[in-house]
Amino acid sequence: MTLKELERIRAKAQKELAVRGVEIPPDSELKPPRPGEVRVVLRNCGLIDPERIEDYIAKDGYFALYKVLNMAPEQVIDEAKRSGLRGRGGAGFPPGQKWFFARQAVAARPAPTDGTPPAYLICNGDEGDPGAFMDRAVLEGDPNSVLEGMAIAAYAMGATQGYIYVRAEYPVAVEHLRTAIPQARRLGLLGKNIFGKDFDFDVDIRIGAGAFVCGEETALIDSIEGRRGEPRPRPPFPAVSGLWGKPTSVNNVETLANVPQIFLNGADWFAAMGTEKSKGTKTFAIAGKVKNAGLIEVPMGITMREIIYDIGGGILNKKKFKAAQTGGPLGGCLPAKYLDTPIDFESLAAAGSLMGSGGLIVLDENDCMVDVARFFMDFTQDESCGKCPPCCLGTKRLLEILTRMTQAAGTAEDMQTLEYLTQNIATASLCALGQGSVNPVVTTMRHFRDEYEAHVNEKFCPSGVCKGMFHYEILADVCNGCGACRKKCPDKVIKGDKKVVHEIDLPNCIVCGDCYKACKFEAIAIRPGPTPKSRLPERR
Amino acid sequence: MTTLTINGKMIEAPGGTILEVSQANGIRIPTLCHHPALAPKGACRVCLVEVKGSRVLQPACTFPISEGMEVQTESPKVRAARKFVLELLLSDHPKDCMTCEMCGNCELQDLIYEYGVKETPFVGEQHEYPLDDRDPFIIRDMEKCIRCRRCIRACDEIQAVNAITMINRGFRSKVATSFDTRLQDSNCVFCGQCISVCPTGALTEKDSHGLGRAWQTTKVTTTCPYCGVGCNFDLNVRDGKVVKVTSHWNNPVNKGALCVKGRFGWQFLHSPDRLTKPLMKSSLWKERKGTEGAPSRYEGFVETDWETALDAVAEGLLTAKSEDGPDAVGILASAKCTNEENYLIQKLARREIGTNNVDHCARL
Ligand SMILES: Cc1cc2nc3c(=O)[nH]c(=O)nc-3n(C[C@H](O)[C@H](O)[C@H](O)COP(=O)(O)O)c2cc1C
Ligand code: SF4
Ligand code: SF4
Ligand code: SF4
Ligand code: SF4
Ligand code: SF4
Ligand code: FES
Repeated sequence: MTLKELERIRAKAQKELAVRGVEIPPDSELKPPRPGEVRVVLRNCGLIDPERIEDYIAKDGYFALYKVLNMAPEQVIDEAKRSGLRGRGGAGFPPGQKWFFARQAVAARPAPTDGTPPAYLICNGDEGDPGAFMDRAVLEGDPNSVLEGMAIAAYAMGATQGYIYVRAEYPVAVEHLRTAIPQARRLGLLGKNIFGKDFDFDVDIRIGAGAFVCGEETALIDSIEGRRGEPRPRPPFPAVSGLWGKPTSVNNVETLANVPQIFLNGADWFAAMGTEKSKGTKTFAIAGKVKNAGLIEVPMGITMREIIYDIGGGILNKKKFKAAQTGGPLGGCLPAKYLDTPIDFESLAAAGSLMGSGGLIVLDENDCMVDVARFFMDFTQDESCGKCPPCCLGTKRLLEILTRMTQAAGTAEDMQTLEYLTQNIATASLCALGQGSVNPVVTTMRHFRDEYEAHVNEKFCPSGVCKGMFHYEILADVCNGCGACRKKCPDKVIKGDKKVVHEIDLPNCIVCGDCYKACKFEAIAIRPGPTPKSRLPERR
Repeated sequence: MTTLTINGKMIEAPGGTILEVSQANGIRIPTLCHHPALAPKGACRVCLVEVKGSRVLQPACTFPISEGMEVQTESPKVRAARKFVLELLLSDHPKDCMTCEMCGNCELQDLIYEYGVKETPFVGEQHEYPLDDRDPFIIRDMEKCIRCRRCIRACDEIQAVNAITMINRGFRSKVATSFDTRLQDSNCVFCGQCISVCPTGALTEKDSHGLGRAWQTTKVTTTCPYCGVGCNFDLNVRDGKVVKVTSHWNNPVNKGALCVKGRFGWQFLHSPDRLTKPLMKSSLWKERKGTEGAPSRYEGFVETDWETALDAVAEGLLTAKSEDGPDAVGILASAKCTNEENYLIQKLARREIGTNNVDHCARL
């Protein structure tokens, strides 16, 4: 492949694409960009055919690689550092720095004489956060942008072999990669002497079995080596000794998809977006009680309010915003006072949460924060690799306490034990899964302590979620007797004549919540104490 | 040379982990998942120390030293974290040291004692696994397992069999064979390396149960009589009787490793079936002595003394040599003999009898 050939393919493909056209299918989770969005990583998704490399080339694909191969690797690293790009997989470490360390490690060892690669580049497409699908969208919609990013990274760090680790639950992503890789090889954009330069690089796919912990880079390396994925203590860092003991850089899908754009448009272009320390854009999967759930890409530094209200269209059913969980199961729950905090690595960390890989779950007044903490703990305990006691046993004990609390069996002592557990799990666990597992508990306890106390002291769930810990009451001064609740009640226990205040026959109410949802006038309130029919069996 | 401070003390070391350097300088750091014969794992978090500049505590067993590093191995923070880990382990442990085979020899028990963890603040589910005594030689009590993965590493790194691994995740994670079968249905060779490294009573020698506590037995280092490798091990002796064989780690021959015969095949030592006197065929006895001879427990054989037995053997060999030539005789020696004995045997064959028909079972 030469520059001339690439330009010829581009010219032809651009014409074809203009005639043929591709549009985001209406049923896709990815919608056309809304005002406020800036698409860098997702720019081609839905607009090109991911199974035609020519479509990618039509969008200037692989021109960045050509440019990079005419630079010295050190220059490439400097340019990546200058752009301010930080890892999108969670920790926010600058990839340029990672490649620099790996390059140093390659230089410090004798070149392998057995034909094995001097170093490896791994693309982390494990994406295990529940509800996150940013990386999937990129792998499915624009696989070549990841391949090009990988080739650039490999050149910078000195790797000749790359692996893309994708979870088995992403069959379409795997299929599109299986199409893209041979196409790139055929055009000489992967393989030996790329663009006629002294640079060889090839990519293979490795399919993970869908363990969250295998997204952790050292566990991921274990998994590629054919072992059970369990995090290893660092140092040694993978950049020094990673896959099969060789210097290895693990980079996230979104990180790598940013890379070609940086070299195409310049580090300054990239650094112009975002905040002082968090440059560029970030994709988010917004979910929960928000009108426009789905995938978005926004400049760093945007506020949560802009995401939720301007782009997300606000809270469903006119409910009140209560909190947002950012950063997935290892992130934190941020209440309304953080709505105007800019979303970047530093601000989120300062608030006790994480950027994570970009999950954003919106919670409203009917979400119980103790139950939310329990939900995430259930996930982390299930996904803990079981290697170290603070996480394997500690999260189990946390989960047991949170479960007790949501089943009207929490004690004041449990509150103290929760705090004791969270503090120690955070500092004693081996990997970021255990260390971060406590974040949902810590942040909900910090910002919604009253809810914990209501659960423990009054056995009351003020949000009306935890069964057996509340009942409904129709407020006589608000109810206008419209009868909506009476019609919805499955057990027909709501009495009242038209235009007269209604009443719930509490001894027979099962607290299903249908009336609460039906009432348009906020005339039904959540009150402490179970009804006889919703009372939980005595715990032994 | 790297210079660092541990607990305020300046130390110079050529390299290594914080644990290695501390040990070399007389600073004890507790460990559980660490074993000198195995690659460090950093799993148990009992060796946590404070490294200045690090956000979290770091495991001494895996953390390499570096220039100017400042380490605290006994700070309140460190001790609190270790205690926390022990409390968690105790919250999922059957507290039955009284009848436990490992009592007095258990690294978990020692640490619980050292850190004074009388009670655990955590109440919750404990693992319930049936005691697995379906296999020969090895009893697996997974309720006592602390998931330190020493057994797995021993099976992998020393024995290279990989019969066992972790299965499941989270609280349900467990050491098991693939598909959680009996060991005898896996590729386990019953070398017992896993037992030798297990810090708790999770893996124990079946035939030694109840025969003696660590403090009731004396260790006698000896060489295995079974084969020509000549592995060293410790006989655990109580009241003049061998009750168990354990690994002897510091010897150049086998460095602690053993095979199924060496580790588990010691019961013959005290067997009443052992031959302690030579036997001679009854017909031969009658031919030579003209009497019936002393009856033995073996039909067709009479008991005799070495003098008589060796005379008969020597006569037989000489007759064979003179009647049919030296090559009518062949000698097969045993690997259970020492090198010197085997040397003498080939002397006997080559010089006294005059044949090269001499071989040795370890060659087979
Ligand atoms: C429990 C756990 C799960 C993780 N899952 C992922 C993941 O699914 N995808 C990912 O890119 N990084 C994940 N990471 C972060 C990786 O360890 C690593 O930091 C990242 O892949 C580096 O890429 P980056 O520098 O481009 O962000 C996870 C980390 C932990 C502790
Ligand atoms: S913190 Fe959890 S996931 Fe990480 S190594 Fe320990 S047990 Fe495994
Ligand atoms: S739906 Fe609301 S306003 Fe209507 S009758 Fe029921 S409680 Fe009253
Ligand atoms: S394994 Fe150790 S701590 Fe556990 S019961 Fe046995 S002796 Fe006690
Ligand atoms: S007895 Fe030997 S082969 Fe069997 S599990 Fe233990 S270490 Fe592995
Ligand atoms: S069986 Fe013993 S050696 Fe193996 S993990 Fe459990 S406690 Fe550790
Ligand atoms: S001994 Fe270091 S973590 Fe277990």
